[in-house]
Amino acid sequence: MPQNLNYLRETASQTAGPYVHIGLAPGAAGFELFEKELGQDIVGPNAKGERITITGRVLDGTGSPVRDVLLETWQANAAGIYAHDEDPRHSEVEAGFSGWGRVISDFNSGEFVINTIKPGATPGRNGATQAPHINLWIVARGINVGLNTRIYFEEDSDAHASDPTINLIEQLHRRDTLLAKKTGENTYQFDVVLQGENETVFFDV
Amino acid sequence: MTKKNTHTGEFYQRDRYMHPPAYAEIYKTSVPRSPKQALISIENSLSEITGPTFGHNDLGELDNDLIKNYAQTGDAIGERIIVHGRVLDENGRPVPNTLVEIWQANAGGRYRHKKDMYLAPIDPNFGGCGRTMTDEDGYYFFRTVKPGAYPWRNWVNSWRPAHIHVSVFGTAFAQRLITQLYFEGDPLIKKCAIVNTIPDQDAIDGLIAPLDMNAGVPLDCLAYKFDIVLRGRRSTLFENRLEGN
Ligand SMILES: [Fe+3]
Repeated sequence: MPQNLNYLRETASQTAGPYVHIGLAPGAAGFELFEKELGQDIVGPNAKGERITITGRVLDGTGSPVRDVLLETWQANAAGIYAHDEDPRHSEVEAGFSGWGRVISDFNSGEFVINTIKPGATPGRNGATQAPHINLWIVARGINVGLNTRIYFEEDSDAHASDPTINLIEQLHRRDTLLAKKTGENTYQFDVVLQGENETVFFDV
Repeated sequence: MTKKNTHTGEFYQRDRYMHPPAYAEIYKTSVPRSPKQALISIENSLSEITGPTFGHNDLGELDNDLIKNYAQTGDAIGERIIVHGRVLDENGRPVPNTLVEIWQANAGGRYRHKKDMYLAPIDPNFGGCGRTMTDEDGYYFFRTVKPGAYPWRNWVNSWRPAHIHVSVFGTAFAQRLITQLYFEGDPLIKKCAIVNTIPDQDAIDGLIAPLDMNAGVPLDCLAYKFDIVLRGRRSTLFENRLEGN
């Protein structure tokens, strides 16, 4: 027998279930408990850049909206800097900017709304540049391991041509599943399709 | 070769053999909600190795005490327990200052949620959610009541074992994890379709919290220990090829 490597194994994931709101968005579950619900203000009062609203729905394999979904967003500021000390430029981030948000879908319509600013391009690996994007993590009843995807913006097609992540997607038409569609001056539409035709590209990060 | 701080850098690949697959026929809701296409594997960029951070200012005094944090006329009803443990990474290092959030049914198996119609009563003194930050050693604890089992619509007579939902952040968005804690000795664990979405028995065992008599408080409460392991980061780099520096 060789030596033991002694790594621990990651704890297994389990579905967030139908009552995820109790823990992560108790206001939506129908009661007030915490003084401060987390993830409600992604950018803070001082954020520079274009204020945008992204609305969308998460659709299941039958085309029905998933009405008990919880999404978390993670993004850089308008200058492409993450508010985290592993970003070498993090000290330049505006005070109060977190870049992290938590939204839930409406229990009736299934619609979610993300109010944020459009992020800037961020550094990729080996000197590449990543087109502006919002990282998305999706959990719900029936989702056994949280799903990772990214929201890119349709107007940035030049930057998408050299984005290292988009370029990993072999089937060209599937790349469009990551694009938020402009619906107005500062508004976008972004639907997530969990399964089937036009299934959103999900990532193993 | 440089020895690096193990809270920075790229992550080990996630071991998909010990996580449940997206599609698990026995768990019916996963059938229409599971992607059919393969996940696209991407090497970590800044987008994955960074993530939100939280401070003690974000939390309230009683946030980790579910017996008291929604108390109106008295303590929550049920078997009083402490749930405690450490958040570690796959390298065995503690993950300090990370947010742990929990939610659960009350002692009768009923959630305080407008969608839960189970006939067991709501406990007026129990909200069912809590949150805390790990300390410098990755240690966390909650005080709560042991949740009850409850029926759910899967098969005609499906029951969830007693469980607490647990959400953890770690130090980066790639470590984000939601799981469930089960209690040692519960005969419903074996019968649960959601538990059995996990293909690996060791991974299931890793979700079962043992009774920990030493951590309880005599004449007051029992305790269960639940360690949580998040993905580990590469501790050595031959050269730093990340992000343009
Ligand atoms: Fe539950």
